[in-house]
Amino acid sequence: MTGVGALKSAKLVLQDGTVFNGKSFGAEVSVPGEVVFNTGMVGYPESLTDPSYKGQILVLTYPLIGNYGVPDNRIRDENGLPINFESEKIQAEGLVVSDYSFDYSHYTAAKSLSQWLKEEGKPAIFGIDTRQLTKKLREKGVMLGKIVVDGCSDVEFEDPNLRNLTLEVSANKKVIYNSSVTFLEKRSIKKKILLIDCGVKLNIIRSLINRGCCVIRVPWDYDLLADKEIDSDGIIISNGPGDPKMCNATIKNVAAAMKEERPIFGICLGNQILALAAGGDTYKLKYGHRSQNQPCINPETKRCYITTQNHGYAVNMKTMPSGWEELFVNANDGTNEGLRHKNKPFFSSQFHGEHNPGPRDTEFLFDEFLRMLK
Amino acid sequence: MASKVYFLPITPYFVEKVIAKEKPDGILLGFGGQTALNCGVALHDSGVLAKYNVKVLGTPIEAIKATEDRELFVKKLNEIDLKTPRSKAVTNVNDALVAAEKIGYPIIIRAAYALGGLGSAICHNSDELEDAAKQALANAPQILVEEYLEHWKEIEYEVVRDAYDNCITVCNMENFDPMGIHTGESIVVAPSQTLTNHEYHKLREISIKLIRHLGIVGECNIQFALDQDSDEYRIIEVNARLSRSSALASKATGYPLAFVAAKLALGYSLTEIKNSITQTTIACFEPALDYIVVKIPRWDLKKFRNVSRRIGSSMKSVGEVMAIGRTFEEAIQKAVRMLDIGAYGLVGNTDSRQEPQKVTKRGSRGKATIFSESAGYDIDEELKQPTDERLFVIIEAMKEGYSIEEIHAMTGVDEWFLYKIRKVIDTEEELAAAANIKELSAQLLQKAKKQGFSDRQIARIINSRANDIRALRKKHGIIPVVKQIDTLAAEYPAKTNYLYLTYNGNEDDITFRGSRKKIIVLGSGVYRIGSSVEFDWCCVNAVFTLRQLGYEAIMINYNPETVSTDYDVCDKLYFDEISSEAVADIYEKESPDGVIVSMGGQTPNNIAIKLAESGVNILGTTPESIDSAEDRWKFSKLLDELGIDQPQWKELTSISEAKKFAAAAEYPVLVRPSYVLSGAAMSIAFTDEDLEQYLAKAAKVNKEYPVVISKFITNSKEVEIDAVAANGKIVLEAITEHVENAGVHSGDATMVFPPKKLYVETTRKISEIAAKIADALKITGPFNIQFLAKENEVKVIECNLRASRSFPFVSKVSKKNFAEAATKAILGLESWNGKITDAAQGISCVGVKSPQFSFTRLKGADPLTTVEMASTGEVACLGATTYDAFMKAIMAAGFRLPEKNILISIGGDEAKVKFLPYAKKLSGLGFSLFATEHTELFLEKNKIQATMLHKVSEEKSPNILEYLSGSNGNKLHLVINIPAAFTKKELDDEYVIRRKAADYGIPLITNLQLARLLAEALAAVKPEELEVKAWDEYN
Repeated sequence: MTGVGALKSAKLVLQDGTVFNGKSFGAEVSVPGEVVFNTGMVGYPESLTDPSYKGQILVLTYPLIGNYGVPDNRIRDENGLPINFESEKIQAEGLVVSDYSFDYSHYTAAKSLSQWLKEEGKPAIFGIDTRQLTKKLREKGVMLGKIVVDGCSDVEFEDPNLRNLTLEVSANKKVIYNSSVTFLEKRSIKKKILLIDCGVKLNIIRSLINRGCCVIRVPWDYDLLADKEIDSDGIIISNGPGDPKMCNATIKNVAAAMKEERPIFGICLGNQILALAAGGDTYKLKYGHRSQNQPCINPETKRCYITTQNHGYAVNMKTMPSGWEELFVNANDGTNEGLRHKNKPFFSSQFHGEHNPGPRDTEFLFDEFLRMLK
Repeated sequence: MASKVYFLPITPYFVEKVIAKEKPDGILLGFGGQTALNCGVALHDSGVLAKYNVKVLGTPIEAIKATEDRELFVKKLNEIDLKTPRSKAVTNVNDALVAAEKIGYPIIIRAAYALGGLGSAICHNSDELEDAAKQALANAPQILVEEYLEHWKEIEYEVVRDAYDNCITVCNMENFDPMGIHTGESIVVAPSQTLTNHEYHKLREISIKLIRHLGIVGECNIQFALDQDSDEYRIIEVNARLSRSSALASKATGYPLAFVAAKLALGYSLTEIKNSITQTTIACFEPALDYIVVKIPRWDLKKFRNVSRRIGSSMKSVGEVMAIGRTFEEAIQKAVRMLDIGAYGLVGNTDSRQEPQKVTKRGSRGKATIFSESAGYDIDEELKQPTDERLFVIIEAMKEGYSIEEIHAMTGVDEWFLYKIRKVIDTEEELAAAANIKELSAQLLQKAKKQGFSDRQIARIINSRANDIRALRKKHGIIPVVKQIDTLAAEYPAKTNYLYLTYNGNEDDITFRGSRKKIIVLGSGVYRIGSSVEFDWCCVNAVFTLRQLGYEAIMINYNPETVSTDYDVCDKLYFDEISSEAVADIYEKESPDGVIVSMGGQTPNNIAIKLAESGVNILGTTPESIDSAEDRWKFSKLLDELGIDQPQWKELTSISEAKKFAAAAEYPVLVRPSYVLSGAAMSIAFTDEDLEQYLAKAAKVNKEYPVVISKFITNSKEVEIDAVAANGKIVLEAITEHVENAGVHSGDATMVFPPKKLYVETTRKISEIAAKIADALKITGPFNIQFLAKENEVKVIECNLRASRSFPFVSKVSKKNFAEAATKAILGLESWNGKITDAAQGISCVGVKSPQFSFTRLKGADPLTTVEMASTGEVACLGATTYDAFMKAIMAAGFRLPEKNILISIGGDEAKVKFLPYAKKLSGLGFSLFATEHTELFLEKNKIQATMLHKVSEEKSPNILEYLSGSNGNKLHLVINIPAAFTKKELDDEYVIRRKAADYGIPLITNLQLARLLAEALAAVKPEELEVKAWDEYN
């Protein structure tokens, strides 16, 4: 066990000049990023590997982090996917917590969070008043910042939203999961799903496989209609990082698919891309939604669902062309949480039905989607 | 507040009467714990609810039954493939043994429809099972034999569902103590700390699936066992009602579960209800915490002779504390101090100068912490078989060199918790390395404060003083910050001020300036024997009064079971320690106009002087006066000066002086320490040997203040006065008489108000003396004096310059709010208008307050009342006569009126003679009397027919045991066992009778005056004639 005394000092510097001093428990490098907070109380391995955090420095408001260590990345399911993570590596640029737990305890743990962060070259800082920091972000909006570790060279602030982050996290070639016919035959539903990977969380793939689907994962800018080999039953636009308007190629491809009335289900960034492809508009939220407790109401049934969220942009419902209606609304702030076309097979959710981390209440959206496919 | 209140027993009989009278449209069953739930189910089953067309609101009866009947429960869960422990429900001992063979030992048995795990036990073999099953079946018609999941994690979820199928889990909690220890006996943290996302949300998903399947509308609590080494889980139980855990969850999260559940029962949807903390978001969400909460139970097992100290599957704790911090270490150390058991935190409790050399060996004898009576115990044994001191034993074991792995293997406590505790021990060592305060670095001091060390605790470790540590940390700018509990981890602004202190932060969440005058009210802290909801009632009424008068009322308290810790009761709630350090920290931030210390009982009272010394403005009676009343020596001297009679007394200077005094005054004598509540360590000594033993015990309880010995006067009535004074003049008073003679602690006594058996001369003298004392001590605010009254002579035995346990009782009977009057007096708004208001004036009814004992749960404890308080609760009922109110009160406290068989066993000739007319009465009423040998002879001589029963030890038939267990088909319904007057040790045979009566759940009376009153009452009123009147119908 390392004593706190032996740890390097580190600081989080915000663009407005505020400095938070703490100690380093990750890799000893300095990084810039957009500073965002997440209020979930569990699931740091899942969150850190969520590609939607690309370019961001993640602040966890739950103060005690690292308690149950980090599971073994070598444990894979039958499709070769790591069972405990949402992508192959840590995607967030850095991690900020209040009380890091150097000692961990769990039967699935293979290493400490600190060790993992160091292996992946990601800086992390603890001893921060994360509540003070969160209130600042809530009041002033998300801000650029940087983690600067003592003795490491400083870095400049950098706005990740000016980059095409999707490009950085998307698969670079087509991958097919669960194509084995024998396997498919065991299941009642046998559908082929085309998954546009804008930075997909692996649990979207697992959720489809568990329902007996064959998943064809393609890069974010893949020309869907040009590939004649793909005869998918439906299209899912995945979650992903950053500003949806950076995904021009995806928007164009989705618009083309919509013309052919191919069934489409958009998740998170996919919700925004669907809106843009339909001719609507998106905007940046002041500090986004990143948590596991967002209540979303279906205006038709009045049913309320507790959802996992991780997004900084939202669909402006007023800009949606006719034919579209709101599938879900955020019960706290009234922002759009999902769309549906009144007579065409398109729908989307701003939250994550695939959860991981978070509540599993809306996994039924995958079932809904499969039902929609003929 | 309710429109109508009935002070009546919660039994089907009385509730039906009320229903018939009030004709309500609906009934809520889930808000009054197991008692209310059982009563409601009985009313449904007997057709009463249908007969009067009363609708059960919220969770339907079928769902309640599915959670209460184990067989049904398991069946329900099997329907949706949820896992429960392998188990079998049985109704007799034989079937239990057969079931256990199939499941395999160890097994655990549980009783259906039981509160607090009553009747549950872990059995390792058939002998243990036979005993346990017999006992459990004596209290419940059905028991469950099930697989014992040793050392699995115990996890709870609080789940809410509305009638439209919206479901949320408000909170999850993890027990520090693994399976096998009742959750009420466990240290609990919220949220869970060692669960991964997969585990957390898997159990959450199951919770929601289950609440939907059961059809619960409102709130329920689900308990899970989770394997530490695999993904296996079991659902242990569901409570389809608000529970102890839901109260904790409400305070832990700021989510008002009871309020929401009530709305849902009325048909509201979760989406229609606002989140009362943010006022902008909705109640259909799941709170995100950005702190950790630690709950620790408080036991008072030391108060009972012969009691088993083991904790396990049935509940013995009498209260609990909740602490909030931003590290586990901070929260748990706060919680340990809040228990008020004399601990300064996890460490630093043993006197540092006597700290023994470290030894590193297994199986060593632990050196007792200050908490253990017996020095030296087997650490291995204590780790495997936990007692109420388990936390301290774990620390002791670590210091003795046990590894985390070893302790984990023996206790099952997750290593994560153990690592955190070890960090605190490491810091203690670092601190101890500093020879004195000058060597204490700012860095180390800050680290210690972040881990929840108190100034006093640090001072003890480095041989300094708390005030010096405080000065040093302030010099370094190490002061706590104030954080809000807002349900959303700062994502949205909070509108309410639900606050705590932490050293793990840089910035206060709130600003402290305000336009109104501010007053801080100190709460009553942990519930314990002697301090329960009574004092909280006083605090809440003080807060209400302050707010009504336009003050900003700030509450400090840490008891999750109270009303005062509802954040909407006051303007600001500091859910934190009531210590001189924490109060001073808050005081310095808030700069209030003053602090009220006299409403919360002994806890705030005890820190009054220290607070005043650190510059806090104490409102009301001065700390010097409080000291004059609490310090036994000063008070006795004052009475002498005022010419007020008191039992002969002497301050303890030496053992030989004490013996000399006792010989001169003639035994028995009473040993009384200062500044204690509920008569802690108060004892009656009959011999020199007793005296020596008790003096040693008393000296240990409070080292700073003197012990006084006084003559114990037998056969004397006890009377109390509760009063409010302004500037030394009494403005409001109430005199209450005890049914039991002096010698039974006032908290265990049956009280009658207005008094019915006091001479006018006695009450006149009492008022007079109270006025003299009020004047001498310049009392402003509440106070209480206790008297002995014998043949028109009145002697003062005790005085407390604070609200007393009986304040709510006299206030409710008289409808004159003593707490409100006291608060106004403290604020200087109440002045003497030349006459005292006697609260008894114009009252046409009688109020009787009865104690509630928990002896059935306290294995081995002698169910006898003495000068040290033993009751764990109280009830009060109103009636036209003493008999009427008394009968209802004892029934409300769970006493079942005898049907037929009464055992009488009375020690000593004097008592036998005194009881004779009453025995005649009972016999005349048609009861069958049974008696022990001597009592039977005496009754026979006096021509009263009784059956002689042999002592348990005689093993001859007819034997008392057969009649207690009912094994002969003829069970006793009441045991009257009056031990020979104040002999030192109970005879073994007598103890066995009392203990077995408690074990078999047979009503027991051990006091002569109480037995006489019961006989009189049974003769005077038939149960069906008892009055059913609402509070407002009495005046």
